[in-house]
Amino acid sequence: MARQRLLQAVHDAVAEEMARDPKVVAYGEDVELSIVGDLRGLHEQFGHDRIRNTPICEDTLTGMAVGLAAAGYRVIVHMMFSNFFYTGMDAIANQMAKLRLMTGGQMSLPITVIAGYGAGAANAAQHSDAAYPPIMNLGGLNVLVPSTPADAKGLLKTAIRGRNPSFFLEPSGRGGELGEVPDGEHLVPFGSAAVHREGGDVTVVAIGRMVKPALAAAELLAADGIEVEVLDPRTLVPFDEAAVLASVAKTGQLVVVDEARECCGAASQIAAVVAEHGFPLLRGPIRRVTNPNVAVPYAPIAERRVIPGEDRIVAAVRAATGRDQAVPA
Amino acid sequence: MTTGTSEARPGAAVAPQAPTPSGAQAVALYERMLLIRRVEERLRDESAAGHLPGAVHLYIGEEAIAAGVCAHLTDRDYATSTHRGHGHFLAKGGDVDAMMAEIWAKAEGICRGMGGSMHVADLSKGILGANGIVGAGLPIATGAAFGAKLDGAGAVAVCFFGDGASNQGVLMEALNVATLWQLPLVLVCENNTFSEFTPSREVTAGAIADRARAFGMPTEEVDGNDVVAVWRAAGAAVARARAGGGPSFVEAHTYRLQGHFEAESFVLSGGRYREEEEVASWRDDGKDAIARARAYLLASRAADTARLEAIEAEVARRVDAAVAFAEAGTPADPGLAETLMFAPEEG
Repeated sequence: MARQRLLQAVHDAVAEEMARDPKVVAYGEDVELSIVGDLRGLHEQFGHDRIRNTPICEDTLTGMAVGLAAAGYRVIVHMMFSNFFYTGMDAIANQMAKLRLMTGGQMSLPITVIAGYGAGAANAAQHSDAAYPPIMNLGGLNVLVPSTPADAKGLLKTAIRGRNPSFFLEPSGRGGELGEVPDGEHLVPFGSAAVHREGGDVTVVAIGRMVKPALAAAELLAADGIEVEVLDPRTLVPFDEAAVLASVAKTGQLVVVDEARECCGAASQIAAVVAEHGFPLLRGPIRRVTNPNVAVPYAPIAERRVIPGEDRIVAAVRAATGRDQAVPA
Repeated sequence: MTTGTSEARPGAAVAPQAPTPSGAQAVALYERMLLIRRVEERLRDESAAGHLPGAVHLYIGEEAIAAGVCAHLTDRDYATSTHRGHGHFLAKGGDVDAMMAEIWAKAEGICRGMGGSMHVADLSKGILGANGIVGAGLPIATGAAFGAKLDGAGAVAVCFFGDGASNQGVLMEALNVATLWQLPLVLVCENNTFSEFTPSREVTAGAIADRARAFGMPTEEVDGNDVVAVWRAAGAAVARARAGGGPSFVEAHTYRLQGHFEAESFVLSGGRYREEEEVASWRDDGKDAIARARAYLLASRAADTARLEAIEAEVARRVDAAVAFAEAGTPADPGLAETLMFAPEEG
């Protein structure tokens, strides 16, 4: 085990897979200098044929990934911010997600799209979305939302080695956070949730960047004798339904924390799955703690109000336990 | 046909020593064109008879372009196609039985009935697929050309697209990336003068080929109904790409003899976007690509009328056999979609 920053774990995953397989090729806007920091040094290490800067043309970047993958390469496209999925959307939605079906299974597309997501850095509305719900809705795309350096490395390596398109969502603003990363070959399978904290009173499913405030909330609630189980799905597609249902079977209460907007977000999907398949396990309504259905505002004071924080998570858990009146505000 | 701007690059003009297809090559071009024409005519009739589950967009009148370009390609080369893609599929070596079975929504279809007319693809032959999104093949072909360049084995990628797609922003993006990275890409604009149900001149500023010239890309405009002219221009472009000379642009001027799709009269509800006299003028033997190719074979003595009749009979037999194959096929597996979205991961 070594303590590593999340960005370093992402870097190592890409570097290891590029070294392992000469067919892995990476490109994107500004990847040579790697403004985000996650691919820094790889251009010097692997050269222009393996990693290169592109023009700013997201629809072509995503479309080229399809053609390059069809030509036998494993493609990593760095898109910087998940908002740029929208500008690259035709090839994502109409090609990448559909070509395998449309060709009767002839085409496999080993494409990994990397993008940061989430608010909190006063980047304003067009650089702060958690833009995974539209990707989840397309059907043919894996969606990865790691919260720790170890999971970032392990999921990314699994994605690059895989045979399908995967969207790797890097938690913006969390790249400097440290965590233990196993030594040697470290792969994390898709569709396998992680339990960060065990507890018998309420299940909190927290997605990606929301794991940290969920754990902080759990700590506060523990002081009041409320034991929260914090479950991190790690991948939204595929989704570890069994792990969530098992936890809800224990607690009977579910709070889902999601930085995407409330309408048709990941929290809504998870709530629907549990309501449909775990209704008898529930002892109360499912609660969603999400961004409201607004664009992320610039002013930090306004931005903070939009992003789910530990206070809103605490309130939702208290409401679930019926102890929301027990403590003065 | 060439326009005023100077393009003195190799192959950009028909020089006196311009290559000419051999007799056998000319016959092969004609056979491929005729197969496409007769397949499309059959699909027109089957569609009108209500025998096809979905819409078909037919390539009648434009056969010289697919045939003339694909004659220079092998299975290791890539091609992306359009919603009007049957001709590209057949010209690039796709199997006519498997294509017809696909259009009939059968399990024996090239895409197992999951793609249909607008998505015929055969990766084993480098056919990356017909595509229902206008312009979508541009970045896909650019990516395939990038792969071919990285491979360094001389393969090329061809993107067929239309005058409609030329107004999509991805054309500019593909021109930029392909030129910048000197990719082995041949962009073939089939200008059939219609963007769906709108004459392209009403929605297009300037000349399409000028868009490529602006990037300094070797560009040639040809009569798309003259298979020898297309064959020459494509030959120069493909050779340049194979030799590491980067991308080229060929604008082939042609005319869409059928509607945007068959049975369009139902959606037009009496509305019109062109005159019957104009369509009829393009059916004239002096303009029609098949008639002109036939005349060329006779004039160049590559074939005599007996040979042409034999080709016609053989093509008719293949079309009948393909339709019979499609009709006798097994209905597509209705549950297949659930298993096809993701490729199985190796354990």
